[in-house]
Amino acid sequence: MSGALLQVEGLTAGYGAAPVLHEVDLTVQPGEIVAVLGANGAGKTTLLRTLSGLVKCTHGRVLLDGDDLAGTKVEHLVRRGIAHVPEGRGVVTELTVDENLRLGGLWRRDRADARVALDEVYDLFPSLAQRRTFAGHQLSGGERQMLALGRALIGRPRLLLLDEPSLGLAPKVTRHIMTLLRDLRARTGLAVLLVEQNVRSALSIADEGVVLALGRVVVRNRASVLRDDADLRHAYLGF
Amino acid sequence: MSEFIYLTFDGLSRGLVYAAFALALVLIWRAARIVNFAQGAMAVSAVYVAYSVTNATGSYWLGFAAALLAGLALGVTVERVVMRFVDHSSPLNGVVVALGLVLILQGVLGIVYGNEFLPFSTPFSRDAFEVGGVAMLSRYDLFVIAAVGSVVIALTLLFTRTAIGLRMRAAAFAPDVSRLLGVSVGGMLTLGWALAAAVGSLAGILVVPTELGVHPTAMDVVFVSAFAAAVVGGLDSPIGAVVGGLIVGVLLSYVSGYIDVTVAPMAVLALLVVVLLGRPGGLFSSSKARVA
Ligand SMILES: Nc1ncnc2c1ncn2[C@@H]1O[C@H](COP(=O)(O)OP(=O)(O)O)[C@@H](O)[C@H]1O
Ligand SMILES: [Mg+2]
Repeated sequence: MSGALLQVEGLTAGYGAAPVLHEVDLTVQPGEIVAVLGANGAGKTTLLRTLSGLVKCTHGRVLLDGDDLAGTKVEHLVRRGIAHVPEGRGVVTELTVDENLRLGGLWRRDRADARVALDEVYDLFPSLAQRRTFAGHQLSGGERQMLALGRALIGRPRLLLLDEPSLGLAPKVTRHIMTLLRDLRARTGLAVLLVEQNVRSALSIADEGVVLALGRVVVRNRASVLRDDADLRHAYLGF
Repeated sequence: MSEFIYLTFDGLSRGLVYAAFALALVLIWRAARIVNFAQGAMAVSAVYVAYSVTNATGSYWLGFAAALLAGLALGVTVERVVMRFVDHSSPLNGVVVALGLVLILQGVLGIVYGNEFLPFSTPFSRDAFEVGGVAMLSRYDLFVIAAVGSVVIALTLLFTRTAIGLRMRAAAFAPDVSRLLGVSVGGMLTLGWALAAAVGSLAGILVVPTELGVHPTAMDVVFVSAFAAAVVGGLDSPIGAVVGGLIVGVLLSYVSGYIDVTVAPMAVLALLVVVLLGRPGGLFSSSKARVA
């Protein structure tokens, strides 16, 4: 599996004595969209938080470009090209739209490009451009998702960890975001690890699908296969 | 009438010191969700440093600078060595540890400097100017206004105009998200403690020479007034701390002037009760209540 952007091997992690994740294996190639599916409580959020280092793993490895991330601090991941948009979106509700976006580029050495990226995000999401001085808590759910996504893009990541972007959004907004991810991938080669309960929309843009159940990977396959496999959908995905 | 004017100005000038001290409490509360009960003892420690430096060099200003630097250093030390290791799942833990720090600092200061009041003079006269026969402000009051005013302006600019300020606010509001965005949350916390302790030390060096002198417990009463000021303003609000400080200062001045000094603590208590009954989060609390 040489050349993988992200390689997860035998990852076991949790919050207390009993692990939540058991021996999870996963690969994301550059420019690939991998959907992580599974019921509520399956461990999807825990998986992303462990990848970012917010949850410590007890066994296994996470390799980025073949380098073990074990010693990398959470705050340094963004410098390695990983952007994590957490569940519930992680907009800092006390800060304005503009402050949230600038926060996403503060770590960057290339100040000029951080400004260019900021303008690009405003072009991409005109409704944010109209609300620059609004506080995060004044935004709608869809706007918050755009803000969180835009803020991640300001770092020009290679890998986006997205935790349930469709949660609580209208189907139209969800479609907009899925289309946007597909365009971004086509344009910039962005890879996405997309956690979703909304199986249909996730599989509509994903290349690969991974199904988690009770913290274990129970299925790994091409997204197109998962879309068409009725038995599997009934067994694990509930549609 | 002239007494009223004098008491008002005197109250405002004392209130500025409370404001600075309350601001220090608010800075730490915002950054760490801890009411730093050790702030009085930390500020007094910095004033002792100033006392030693001023006595050794003969320069008030070297002592003044030393107090601010000592405050910064003490803030960093307290956060890095003590508070970082406190389990903050219960807000009481931080309070207990802070009270322990008070005992340690006051004990050590008493051993090193003795438990008597040491004289510390002001760099400017404390005689009030008279305007039309009414005593108003002294040169020292003007110095206090300039010093606290500069700090308030500098902090406002820091938090609203600079990248560091944005990081500090984000780290306080949303630590995990901030880390994911590359902010060193631990570093911001340390910086918050350092700034707060320096501001607290400034309040200390401004107020101690106007009272009985340097003593391990010299800031205890100021702490109570400043804590009341911070709560009145809403612990989360820097503007609230300043306004709260001025209100408490003027109130204490009127009560001491027109009634009696001994009634002052009760007046502060009454103010707290009235404000908290009307606005439980304080005068300048944001709409969103935050629980420690
Ligand atoms: N902070 C936490 N502390 C303890 N247990 C947790 C915590 N977060 C999640 N869990 C547990 O871990 C399991 C997986 O949760 P999570 O990763 O949030 O699942 P998902 O995102 O797939 O819904 C659940 O059983 C949940 O109760
Ligand atoms: Mg989840």
